[in-house]
Amino acid sequence: MVDRTGTPLVEMRDVSVSFGGIKAVDHVTVDLFPGEVVGLLGHNGAGKSTLIKCLSGAYKMDAGEIYIDGELVDIQNPRDARAQNIETIYQTLALADNLDAASNLFLGRELVTPLGFVNDAQMEAETRKIMGRLNSNFKKFKDPVKALSGGQRQSVAIARAVYFNARILIMDEPTAALGPQETQMVAELINQLKEQGIGIFLIEHDVHSVMDLCDRASVMKNGQLVGTVNVDEVTDEDILSMIILGKNPEAATA
Amino acid sequence: MADASASGASTGRKNILKTLEFDTRLLGMVGAFILVCIVFNILTDGRFLTPRNVFNLTIQTVSVAIMATGMVFVIVTRQIDLSVGSLLATCSAIMAMTQTQILPSMGIDYGSGLIAPVAIIVGLVSGGLIGAFHGWLVGYLTIPAFIVTLGGLLVWRNVAWYLTNGQTIGPLDDNFQLLGGIGGTMGETGSWIFGAIAVVAAAYAIWQARRARIAHEFPVKPIWAEFVLMALSAALILGFIATLNAYDVPSRVLARSFEARGEVMPEGFTQGYGIPFSVLLLIAVAVIMTLVARRTRLGRYIFATGGNPDAAELSGINTRMLTVKVFAIMGVLCALAGLVASARLSFHSNDIGTLDELRVIAAAVIGGTALAGGIGTIYGAILGALIMQSLQSGMAMVGVDAPFQNIVVGGVLVLAVLIDIIYRKRTGDA
Ligand SMILES: Nc1ncnc2c1ncn2[C@@H]1O[C@H](COP(=O)(O)OP(=O)(O)OP(=O)(O)O)[C@@H](O)[C@H]1O
Ligand SMILES: [Mg+2]
Repeated sequence: MVDRTGTPLVEMRDVSVSFGGIKAVDHVTVDLFPGEVVGLLGHNGAGKSTLIKCLSGAYKMDAGEIYIDGELVDIQNPRDARAQNIETIYQTLALADNLDAASNLFLGRELVTPLGFVNDAQMEAETRKIMGRLNSNFKKFKDPVKALSGGQRQSVAIARAVYFNARILIMDEPTAALGPQETQMVAELINQLKEQGIGIFLIEHDVHSVMDLCDRASVMKNGQLVGTVNVDEVTDEDILSMIILGKNPEAATA
Repeated sequence: MADASASGASTGRKNILKTLEFDTRLLGMVGAFILVCIVFNILTDGRFLTPRNVFNLTIQTVSVAIMATGMVFVIVTRQIDLSVGSLLATCSAIMAMTQTQILPSMGIDYGSGLIAPVAIIVGLVSGGLIGAFHGWLVGYLTIPAFIVTLGGLLVWRNVAWYLTNGQTIGPLDDNFQLLGGIGGTMGETGSWIFGAIAVVAAAYAIWQARRARIAHEFPVKPIWAEFVLMALSAALILGFIATLNAYDVPSRVLARSFEARGEVMPEGFTQGYGIPFSVLLLIAVAVIMTLVARRTRLGRYIFATGGNPDAAELSGINTRMLTVKVFAIMGVLCALAGLVASARLSFHSNDIGTLDELRVIAAAVIGGTALAGGIGTIYGAILGALIMQSLQSGMAMVGVDAPFQNIVVGGVLVLAVLIDIIYRKRTGDA
């Protein structure tokens, strides 16, 4: 059971983002505790990706505040987010197709030799190590990632997010392209990271996976937060009706 | 059946190339270059591949080749620079005015050793600043590079005109002219020493790469393949130097230099030109730019941004600042090219660098730089410049009319890109 008595690791308070006339995120408040997995659910276009992109520095909020360890932080760009040990697996993966797996994994944080040159050999060796843990079938270390399958690309994006000892991990549909075995490995990985006290926002459409992996689930509809529930206290049907009808189950609100 | 045996034979050949880990695209370009040379050599009854013509070809290529290395970075980041020819002219004008008017008016007289270095530094700084300004307009104000540099094409051509009042400025400082080509060469001994160092450096680089792979327990090529590579690079370097050394300084020029020293030239004395300093400069630029592209973070970010600008930004790369840096590098290289071009002429003229933007872009593209971004090599661009220059000089030697020369060069550009597209489709690395 996650201890939710202290200060949350992350609190996004009253966040709003609009694109032109569309309110993609409308006064949403979510929080996340250390060692907790919070599922974000909702129909396509509900605003899940937009919400977490404010935390990862990809978008700027129109209104709202982000607190980390109870302190107000100003995240203007992805560099600020990285400085807070926030790592993100984007739905679009955000890989440079022309570079190989190692270059993508270390992009923006290259290992360098004492002379300041990039150390490709060492980066490749590190990449081989982490990929051995994540997806042992992965062999294409020399090819540009555009030559990889969707699942292999996703593995690279996951490896990049977990390699750098994140404290806060954002996973936007991390298993969308993965086979059953690889999905299982990611599930195990999430449980391991949880043990280490990392907080994870997991965007996921599959209600069963959410019930398995998450401690709480926050549901969004049309940019607004429907509610947040403890997954132990609700059924699949409850969550589905939150997603589809936008209705909160009685009693179970966390 | 016939199919199977044919593919069997070609796999055998591919395996040798694979073992040597040759870049097939590079081989294709080298092949095209050799073909151009052989065809013109036949058409000109052997005049194309004389030491004298090879020497001239080399020094004519330098200025465009220097800029083409910078254009690779620009195009790889999905930008374009149409202003390089005009920027070259402005930098050339600034350097010419600095050495003939500004410095002398400050009491540094004609012939002073300070003139060339000061003029060159002023030129390089100007080029860098103008380039950075272009980059700022593109990166921070988000005006498309096509528009910024199209404007720059007009602006800088005419700024050059204003700086010099439309006059030809010369003669340029003697030391300055050393970088023009025939005005400054290393001589035979110096060239051989340089060649020896280059051969050792190439062998060392190949060996180091192997050791790094072994250290990380990665597969390596068979040892004979490494030696074949070393031998090939040595042959290439020494062959090039032997050719440049074989071009003799005319005996009256030699006699004059002996006279200047108060000596008498011995009977039958000859001396080859060797490597021109301008070519040395190009080699230095090529080595540094290749290092930047492959071994530095800046280079990694340039390629990442070209491959996927959003991913680069999300990885924490400041892509706006990167644009400024890329255009600033381009500006510095335009100034270097302006230095070489004006030193070769021995004066600054108004039309210097006219249409160079097209030659430079063509060189980069023929050299395999993809306009879609993310792909390109420095050596490819230099080879591209060499191929273009060979075509142009070859046709001039054969006596092809000037308009027809341009028609051919334009056609070759389009054809090269078509071949590249087909090649990428075949190998699947589009
Ligand atoms: N960059 C953008 N410009 C304009 N509109 C956008 C942009 N990004 C998202 N939107 C809009 O904001 C709304 C929320 O999009 P978002 O990507 O957050 O949805 P989502 O919940 O992640 O959906 P999915 O499950 O399909 O990934 C949508 O209506 C979308 O069209
Ligand atoms: Mg989404």
